[in-house]
Amino acid sequence: MNLLYTDIEDQLRASVKDLLTDRATPTSVLARCETDAPYDLALWRELTGLGVASLHVPEELGGQGASTREVAVVMEELGRFVAPVPFLGSAVLATTALLGCKAGTEVRELLDALGAGDKIGTLAVSLATAPGSGFPDVVRADDAGLHGHVRSVADGLPADVLLVPARGPDGPELHAVPVAQQGVTVTPVVSLDLTRPVVDVTLDGATGTLVAGPDAAESAVDGALWTAAGLIASEQLAITEWCLATTVAYLKERNQFGRPVGSFQALKHRLADLWQDLVLARAVARNAADDPGPLSASLAKSLCSTVAVHAAEECVQLHGGIGMTWEHPAHLYLKRGKADSIALGTAGRHRQLLAPLANL
Amino acid sequence: MNLRELTRDFLAEHDPSTMDRLEFLRARFDAGLAWVHFPSGLGGLDLPRADQSIVDDALAKASAPDNDPRRIGIGLGMAAPTILAFGTEEQKQRYLRPLWTGEEVWCQLFSEPGAGSDLAAAGTRAVRDGDDWLLTGQKVWTSSAHTARFAILLARHDPDLPKHAGLTYFVLDMTDPGVEVRPLRQITGEAEFNEVFMTDARIPDADRLGAVGEGWQVAQTTLMNERVAIGSRPAPRDGGMSGVVAQTWRDHPENHTPEAHDRLLDLWTQAEALRLAGYRLRQQLAVGSPGPEGSAMKLAFARLAQQLSGLEVELLGEDGLRYDDWTQRRPDMVDFTGREPGYRYLRAKGNSIEGGTSEVLRNIIAERVLGLPTEPRTDTKVAWKDLPK
Repeated sequence: MNLLYTDIEDQLRASVKDLLTDRATPTSVLARCETDAPYDLALWRELTGLGVASLHVPEELGGQGASTREVAVVMEELGRFVAPVPFLGSAVLATTALLGCKAGTEVRELLDALGAGDKIGTLAVSLATAPGSGFPDVVRADDAGLHGHVRSVADGLPADVLLVPARGPDGPELHAVPVAQQGVTVTPVVSLDLTRPVVDVTLDGATGTLVAGPDAAESAVDGALWTAAGLIASEQLAITEWCLATTVAYLKERNQFGRPVGSFQALKHRLADLWQDLVLARAVARNAADDPGPLSASLAKSLCSTVAVHAAEECVQLHGGIGMTWEHPAHLYLKRGKADSIALGTAGRHRQLLAPLANL
Repeated sequence: MNLRELTRDFLAEHDPSTMDRLEFLRARFDAGLAWVHFPSGLGGLDLPRADQSIVDDALAKASAPDNDPRRIGIGLGMAAPTILAFGTEEQKQRYLRPLWTGEEVWCQLFSEPGAGSDLAAAGTRAVRDGDDWLLTGQKVWTSSAHTARFAILLARHDPDLPKHAGLTYFVLDMTDPGVEVRPLRQITGEAEFNEVFMTDARIPDADRLGAVGEGWQVAQTTLMNERVAIGSRPAPRDGGMSGVVAQTWRDHPENHTPEAHDRLLDLWTQAEALRLAGYRLRQQLAVGSPGPEGSAMKLAFARLAQQLSGLEVELLGEDGLRYDDWTQRRPDMVDFTGREPGYRYLRAKGNSIEGGTSEVLRNIIAERVLGLPTEPRTDTKVAWKDLPK
């Protein structure tokens, strides 16, 4: 077990951070989120050029042969900038689901395309779906194609291909479904999280490729959800870090009553508590990245959900009036933090998932 | 010769199974294997602190006696580094060996009824009397005072100076007739700590540590070495209070409620996070980049110990209305697991007070870790005697 960051991870972080510092400034991210192109696909191209979209894909499948540790570092940096790119949907959910399928030609080609950034994918489940909660039951597959309606899918807006869990005649199936066809409708939704908006997906006789049948579909989908739940904790860690650092910087320069607001003990104690939470959050997030599995994922997701939301709420409150404005980026982090706390299972849900694992 | 070989040779010449315990410990000190990061001739070999585990592991494997470090924690953790940093050669030679072997127990006389978090306000007076000093005042919350031979002591030599400048640091012989130790009974019923009253207790000037007026700087060294809440070895999952409370939960299905269940899981999660944070801190230390995370861990430990033990009393149902024993005992050390939940609940209240209150710790984190400005001070520039008491 290694809960620190390796030199290679630091280098990866630095290259992602360099790019984002230029290309995902708070002003540009905020300006983009109300346009008709809320995703920055040019930035995504450059990120995929760095290899970030195939980090935990084994080399024999054309990936970087790294692990979820490196994926988590990228989650941190993208979260720190609330960068509007489809990393969670394409590089985590869709890619991990494909890694859980038998590596036939279709699966290999799709992994190549997602990793290279030639295609964007996502897993067609509600982002609120918790792992360990059973196979999604909203899409049916039969001779007439796929039929069903999936609400609140993350990163569906820029997706070229949907990985659709469907109930087939013999049990769970996973289909790779191109979006560009008559039977698929992707409807944008006015979303709480401005930088990771969700969509509703309607399938009405859609066709695709079966990538996993009843023998593998359920574990592929559940595995992707567990991996994503453990990794989103690293995003929540970065949200916490940004909120704390930004608030500390502001309270040092903001003067009221003739002194820096940050010199008042009542506020200092709240920030010290956030820092204490951050120390614990980093330990569990790193543990989930290093040793992926249900226990580490639920531990990290339950703790980091609470911590990140609290940090973002404190960030808004301690900025006073400016924190309530649209112009200040704090709300982007509050919205991401709150959405993340629902995504992939709430803190309470993950505590329930922990109970049998902790023999409680 | 490397340390592994040195230790092996030492064991070859000193058989722990036949040797007298104290003789063995003295020989170990003289061989430099007591604390290898200390200087040669003072129980060490000028080696990195991390190398100590090589010695400790080899000696443990040979079932060698140790110096019972939990019983002499104040001497090892606080007095020794201070003596090493500020003591004269004579003081180092006199004090360190019996301190380490445990022949002479040490206590720490810092806190006073009027100087708790604000230690620099200490008012115990030190008055010069020829080659000696005469000490008069009261100290409080002193563990081991009733077993200690010596104390490290902070006292005021000049009340006309500002609070920090008027302090001097001493070693006090606890057997001096001017020293009286009284047990201080606490909310658990027992008396782990003491009050210490000094009436013209005599200290030779040769037992001063550091210069006259340098007491505050010397005390900083002592306090920096106060042990953070981190053991020398990684704790197993459920090794601490969370494991005890988890077992109480399993033992009392008749008292399960959904509310208690979620509270337990929440606390269990945080306790596991704290354990992993400790693991991470240890890894940081191992690669030579210690962070300030220890202070976060002390805060979290205190809060969790209190919340977990509070829940545990509730999980007992009607047995939560009982208490094991209010007798005024004199325990050598705190044993959270050796007693009943009610004791744990009450004793844990001290966790956020002892070794720096959680409130002061938050100030320190805010100022030193986060770099926030200090509160305006009104007490640092005026003579100590003119401060409101």
